[in-house]
Amino acid sequence: MKLLSGKASCNSHGQDSSYFLGWEEYEKNPYDEIKNPKGIIQMGLAENQLCFDLLESWLEKNPDAASFKRDGQSIFRELALFQDYHGLPAFKKAMVEFMSEIRGNRVTFDPNHLVLTAGATSANETLIFCLAEPGEAFLLPTPYYPGFDRDLKWRTGAEIVPIQCTSSNGFQITEAALEQAYQDAENRNLRVKGVLVTNPSNPLGTTMTWNELNLLVSFIEAKGIHLISDEIYSGTVFTSPGFVSLMEVLKERHFEKFSEVWKRVHVVYSLSKDLGLPGFRIGAIYSNDEMVVAAATKMSSFGLVSSQTQYLLSAMLSDKKFTKKYISENQKRLKQRHKLLVSGLHKAGISCLQGNAGLFSWVDMRHLLRSNDFESEMELWKKIVYDVKLNISPGSSCHCTEPGWFRVCFANMSEDTLELAMQRLNAFVAEMSSAAAHGRSNHQSVKNSRKKSLTKWVFRLSFDDRQPEER
Amino acid sequence: MAKMRGNKVKFDPNKLVLTAGATSANETLMFCLADRGDAFLLPTPYYPGFDRDLKWRTEAEIVPIQCSSSNGFKITASALEEAYLKAQEQGLNVKGVLVTNPSNPLGTTLTREELNHLIDFTLTKNVHIVSDEIYAGTVFDSPTFTSIAEAISDRNIEDTQVSNRVHIVYSLSKDLGLPGFRVGVIYSNNEAVVSAATKMSSFGLISSQTQFLLSQMLSDKKFSNNYLKENQKRLKKRKEALVSGLKSCGIKCLKSNASLFCWVDMSHLLTSQTFEAEKELWKRVVYEVGLNISPGSSCHCSEPGWFRMCFANMSEETLNLAMKRLKSFTDSISINKIAKTRPRHLVPYSRTMSMTKWVLQLASVDRETDR
Repeated sequence: MKLLSGKASCNSHGQDSSYFLGWEEYEKNPYDEIKNPKGIIQMGLAENQLCFDLLESWLEKNPDAASFKRDGQSIFRELALFQDYHGLPAFKKAMVEFMSEIRGNRVTFDPNHLVLTAGATSANETLIFCLAEPGEAFLLPTPYYPGFDRDLKWRTGAEIVPIQCTSSNGFQITEAALEQAYQDAENRNLRVKGVLVTNPSNPLGTTMTWNELNLLVSFIEAKGIHLISDEIYSGTVFTSPGFVSLMEVLKERHFEKFSEVWKRVHVVYSLSKDLGLPGFRIGAIYSNDEMVVAAATKMSSFGLVSSQTQYLLSAMLSDKKFTKKYISENQKRLKQRHKLLVSGLHKAGISCLQGNAGLFSWVDMRHLLRSNDFESEMELWKKIVYDVKLNISPGSSCHCTEPGWFRVCFANMSEDTLELAMQRLNAFVAEMSSAAAHGRSNHQSVKNSRKKSLTKWVFRLSFDDRQPEER
Repeated sequence: MAKMRGNKVKFDPNKLVLTAGATSANETLMFCLADRGDAFLLPTPYYPGFDRDLKWRTEAEIVPIQCSSSNGFKITASALEEAYLKAQEQGLNVKGVLVTNPSNPLGTTLTREELNHLIDFTLTKNVHIVSDEIYAGTVFDSPTFTSIAEAISDRNIEDTQVSNRVHIVYSLSKDLGLPGFRVGVIYSNNEAVVSAATKMSSFGLISSQTQFLLSQMLSDKKFSNNYLKENQKRLKKRKEALVSGLKSCGIKCLKSNASLFCWVDMSHLLTSQTFEAEKELWKRVVYEVGLNISPGSSCHCSEPGWFRMCFANMSEETLNLAMKRLKSFTDSISINKIAKTRPRHLVPYSRTMSMTKWVLQLASVDRETDR
């Protein structure tokens, strides 16, 4: 008899993908400015480390929040015992107000419809448990966050069917693609329960257009299915076009509250990206369907947010002066950092999808592929991880239909490290160009050494050759 | 964890998986060990939350191991066998046994004999043992606590595979009284389980803020030594207060040496030895006496009339008040019983102050004759 369950014995946790393997390589040889300057620079982790100073200064000015005190009185006992899966009321209120603020107060949320979970990872899985039976499917636009393969499918037994998006229109969702995906699911005998989108998109770093959102709403209305909008990056929109929340679209289309469509739309949120607090495990499900809220609330027992953490964040997010300043400063710094990355890539002759949100860029390295296929993408990726020593995420791990795209993070390192990363990349591209110019199909013979002299030599040569070679 | 087991066993931190509470740990273990439709055997009575935690999203099944008051609800070899057969009759594949030790709701620690029955069972049937030891730090009296880990190592079993099938669940919710912080763990010698459970813990990680706080606190050995001792001392005292309070009501409970509650025998207060009567009694205790206690049926107890009463979640004064209320109630029941045998007009029981006083006065007059 099989000792363990099927889930424990198989690979559907998805952690054998290159997305996670890149992390493993990084863990073995992590870059450190002083201790390991030749190590791998982590550009595969979508973390927001740009505004910790703001959080730290708030903590210093508000010591009660992290010391189990309220107005100088200890509330340790109250917090220690608080395990109500309805969540700390003050925290839920602060959360929905924060969510509203991020959306320019164009929509408001009811705290009674919010379910707290240990991170968006838990929120997404819980929602699928609530909405899909094993074997039923959700449609997801590609490229998508690699973690979804585990979060949405592993223990739930649900399936993901991709909505194929292409670079021809900036990877936007089209009606045709939606219909095709629905058809693909039917061909596989899978009952479609809904669509799940990430808005702003991971890995694209773009916000969804009104058009896309309208398409989605019409689609789910016609098919009688659910729509989950993972808005975990909503606070990272740093430039126009602004963020349009799904809730805004529903409002605009006058979908009455308690209408069927209204009840089939669910939003996922978290403080891991906007506030840069992935370690605190703060996620939420927002649903207009009371039954979903009720079921998800009970399921949240399996991943409640620590009351200690709920209290800290309720104090922080209730400080409206702070949240206002934080939101705008965060966006400012993200914009600036994004600009740095884009210009660094540009110098290396690399372009990326025009992004306005997120902690990463969707980078076009198709011109660096040996041939237009995923094997070449893997080759290129390995060179970048092992030789250039940058951990970036290959598009194939995000189920992208076109080879050559990579997600490159910019908010999880210092400016200096980002510049170093760009220098390394630049050197690599220059080497490739020169190797190609010398008619070699691979540049193995040019040792991938990043010695200053070689870099200069390669750079000079490639500059001369730039006209016929460069894209 | 080692300290509360008298340092008779050691644990390897690499075999520990952190989860958001024991609720998450138990569910995760089920996801790792059982497929949909597989079953785990659980001795009754058991913690009502298991019906949700072990079965809901995992779609696993629970088959009860019937225990009875005839031997203090201990697990017997025959009860194990019977449960196994029952599962087979239902077409269920038994993947293991899950016990809570110390027991919820019994408040007792498993005896060496019981542990050996479990080990024999897992040897012959090739199944897992999950030992939820969430109350390990609440053992306040003899006999001392024997963890499944200790029992296994003492057996010097040749079958090295057996340790691959033993998994322990722990949490700081009961011993440290921190259920709000969501600190649970799975401990397993089985590498594949540790690996899978670790990945699954993504769905319920412990806040790093909380991990840091507790790492500081538990690393302070002076503090943790003192805490364990003092906690056990206070629990013992409080339990004794409950037991004597119950005694003065003419109510007995199972002799316990651990946990935060007593397993109380109110079967003599039932109008009939049925679960309907148990429910009736329970409603009276909740609505009339004003005490929320847990009826045995909610714990899947096979015998009606047992209730779980907690004693560690209130002040001493509140516990005393609870006992006073209970006493009024049991006294009134006695009065009514006596009244029933006398050929006179029955006064219906009501909760008005005058009635209570009247009943109390009567009771004090009759004290010699009744019970």
